[in-house]
Amino acid sequence: MTVATESATEHNHDEHGEHAMSNAGYIRIALILAAMTGLEVSTYYVDFGALSLPVLLILMCIKFFVVVSYFMHLKFDNKLLSMVFYAGLFLAITVYIAALATFKFFTP
Amino acid sequence: MADVTLHDTDHDTDHGTHGHATSTGLSNNKLAMWLFLGSECLLFGGLISTYMLYRGRAQVGPRPSQVFDIPFTSVSSFVLLMSSLTMVLAVSAAQKRDDQGTTLWLAVTGLLGATFVGGQVYEFTAMYNEGLGFTTSLFGSSFYTLTGFHGVHVTVGIIMLMSLVGIIKRSTIPGNKAEVVEIVGLYWHFVDVVWIIIFTLVYLIPA
Repeated sequence: MTVATESATEHNHDEHGEHAMSNAGYIRIALILAAMTGLEVSTYYVDFGALSLPVLLILMCIKFFVVVSYFMHLKFDNKLLSMVFYAGLFLAITVYIAALATFKFFTP
Repeated sequence: MADVTLHDTDHDTDHGTHGHATSTGLSNNKLAMWLFLGSECLLFGGLISTYMLYRGRAQVGPRPSQVFDIPFTSVSSFVLLMSSLTMVLAVSAAQKRDDQGTTLWLAVTGLLGATFVGGQVYEFTAMYNEGLGFTTSLFGSSFYTLTGFHGVHVTVGIIMLMSLVGIIKRSTIPGNKAEVVEIVGLYWHFVDVVWIIIFTLVYLIPA
């Protein structure tokens, strides 16, 4: 009986190599993020009215997930890493929403 | 007769840092960094929540609109955002085994990070001179704590980057350099991501 165990890290190398973006791709993403930042800053100069808050929050979330997915490579990595990170993020969000709710933060 | 063969060590100068198989099939170092970043979400979540809770409740001292310099902070934010780009270019260079490119982009990332921290120091000094001290008001305490913790994280990141430049130049990293650069890069990107949240919630959203 022969048991051969390949190094786990070989899979990492292949998986990582297949999904690596080009430098041009990273620069494109950075320019998109810069444009979104510009749009966010424009809310300081231009009165978006009732749309200010939703626009800012949506752009913040998009930028967050773009950096995490592409720059941090989470989109292309093993799903266990996504689970680990998003579990921490989810825990933080729920715990602190609960904490803020106890201080009546969400009630006028 | 049982014959157990482990194809492990020789390949791992290219792939892993320590050459041992892991139960998850992932690098332990990388998994540890992601776990750490998950815990950092809890740290900054607490600080951001505290700021949001105290927002608008300061009875004394200058208000945010009186001390914030949005154009200046916007430039700082852009600088930090670009440092994320240079960091990912450093990781890309490391994966191509381009040591010179790696150290160049790591140094540029550190420089941009230092520029950001310098901007924060200037901003804090200006705010202090305008009457906003750490103990002046709820706003002062929560603001300085939140942004101060972030600034410390950026500073630690800069130290990590510069250390990595020195280590690569001396070629003393064993195993997979690309993974080490990537792991440092994860920390740096997270620091940038936290600032994305802070910049929006603290500076841009009107009270």
